[in-house]
Amino acid sequence: MHINPAILIENVSFSYGESRVLEQINLRIASGEFIGLVGPNAGGKSTLLKLILGLLKPQVGRIEVLGQTPRQAAQRIGYVSQFPTFARDFPITVAQVVAMGRIGMNSSWRWQRTANQHAARLALAEVEAVDLAERHIGSLSGGQLQRVLLARALVGKPKILILDEPTANIDQRVEGDIFQLLATLNQHLTILLVSHDIAFISEYVSRVACLNRTLIYHDTDAVDDQIISQLYGGHIRRVTHRHVIHE
Amino acid sequence: MSEFIFALLDNRFLQIALLAGLLASIGCGVMGTFVVVKRIAFMAGGIAHSVLGGMGAALYYHFDPLLGALFAAIVAALFIGTVRLQWKAQEDTLIGALWAIGMAIGILFIAKTPGYTTDLMSFLFGNILFVSPRELWLMASLDVVLVVTVAVFYRQFLAITFDEEFARLRGVPVAFFYLLLLCLVAITVVLLIQIVGLILVIALLTLPAAIAGHYMRELASMMIAATLLGSVFTTLGLGVSYQADLPAGPIMILCAGCVYIISAMLRHLLIGYRARRYAIRALRD
Repeated sequence: MHINPAILIENVSFSYGESRVLEQINLRIASGEFIGLVGPNAGGKSTLLKLILGLLKPQVGRIEVLGQTPRQAAQRIGYVSQFPTFARDFPITVAQVVAMGRIGMNSSWRWQRTANQHAARLALAEVEAVDLAERHIGSLSGGQLQRVLLARALVGKPKILILDEPTANIDQRVEGDIFQLLATLNQHLTILLVSHDIAFISEYVSRVACLNRTLIYHDTDAVDDQIISQLYGGHIRRVTHRHVIHE
Repeated sequence: MSEFIFALLDNRFLQIALLAGLLASIGCGVMGTFVVVKRIAFMAGGIAHSVLGGMGAALYYHFDPLLGALFAAIVAALFIGTVRLQWKAQEDTLIGALWAIGMAIGILFIAKTPGYTTDLMSFLFGNILFVSPRELWLMASLDVVLVVTVAVFYRQFLAITFDEEFARLRGVPVAFFYLLLLCLVAITVVLLIQIVGLILVIALLTLPAAIAGHYMRELASMMIAATLLGSVFTTLGLGVSYQADLPAGPIMILCAGCVYIISAMLRHLLIGYRARRYAIRALRD
């Protein structure tokens, strides 16, 4: 029996004007997989994510998400961006931010609002942040904000979770907590994670896709110093380290 | 002030002026909140100043200036919004150009219309005492359009003002709701021009909402607080101007401006006090 992959990218190329960003990308992500996407800055990671999310259209090749076009599948993708794209002083509570993840799924009538509030609470509970529900979004720490944005991505019950450097702006202790949480979520979600910390994500992901205009992917054990040097250019050596997680 | 209150009881001009101020406050509270949180005051300024072109043309061709203003405001809103969505580059320069072109067209039309001087001053600085009962009805109708539209599409407006990229990902037609939002801002500008004129309209549109934003943690409560503050400023401005025989618009703006400055300073001190308190508590722990 043929099973559709969660994400299928075939021969995709993309340019901004005359600048080629992605070249002949092929990637097949199976349902339930936890895949890491690494690569240098300007290597095309964010562009590839935008293509998968349907914010950009490939100029060459095709992309399928859950057997549909990215735009059609948009409601079944949860997304956490690298930087919050909103003003931290915006007058809004955490519960309202999370409920916003259900916009487009139902109307704004009163009985739906109650359902949205309930779903927001459940999503916050899933990321262990239910106590933040009534807080103002601007009063959260970096780690708390990341959990809230994760809850916003999860509230629509997605099949795929896509995260762009979710731990870029938080300390290492919280980073460990977030990755543990993602490992738990991977039990029922396909996860695609962009990260700069190749050594750290290797502990969690099943496969690493290395992107620098072209894409090569490996099992996590196969990522060695030579591959990293090829990917980033120059003499780069991997330093293996373990993050100590304080109780 | 008691003289103003007694005058209100039997002076029909003052009653209409008071009602006009209250109706304008609804628009300034609801849409001013969006202007402040979305940080589009400069765009709103561009829309406001281009309105003079529509008013001048309407006056010259013997139409109602208010309808000319409404038409020009909506055209300017759609143009500015499309430029921002499609072109992105040099958005501020284009808004500045539209700002100046709108005013230049308006002044030329008004110059060619007999008896222009008084009208020009009332357009630029407003005169709440000149509001007619018919204009009052038009203002009430525009308020109904604003409130109903915002109530129906509240979640969509919240989504695009809070996080445009995320709204787009969730399938919200961002361009449509963004242009609709700017059209509603355009309607509000026309409402407020009656009261304070197009030079001061941005102040009345943003200051009550900005003060409310210092204290409110939700968008809806910010709208209500801004509406109440707008009502206080317009009523106070009307009262003081009646007592002191001064133009009402500038008094309203001065009241709002003073309260905003005091509020911003208080908020700054409050944030500093809280930060010190947390630091001391953290040291103790």
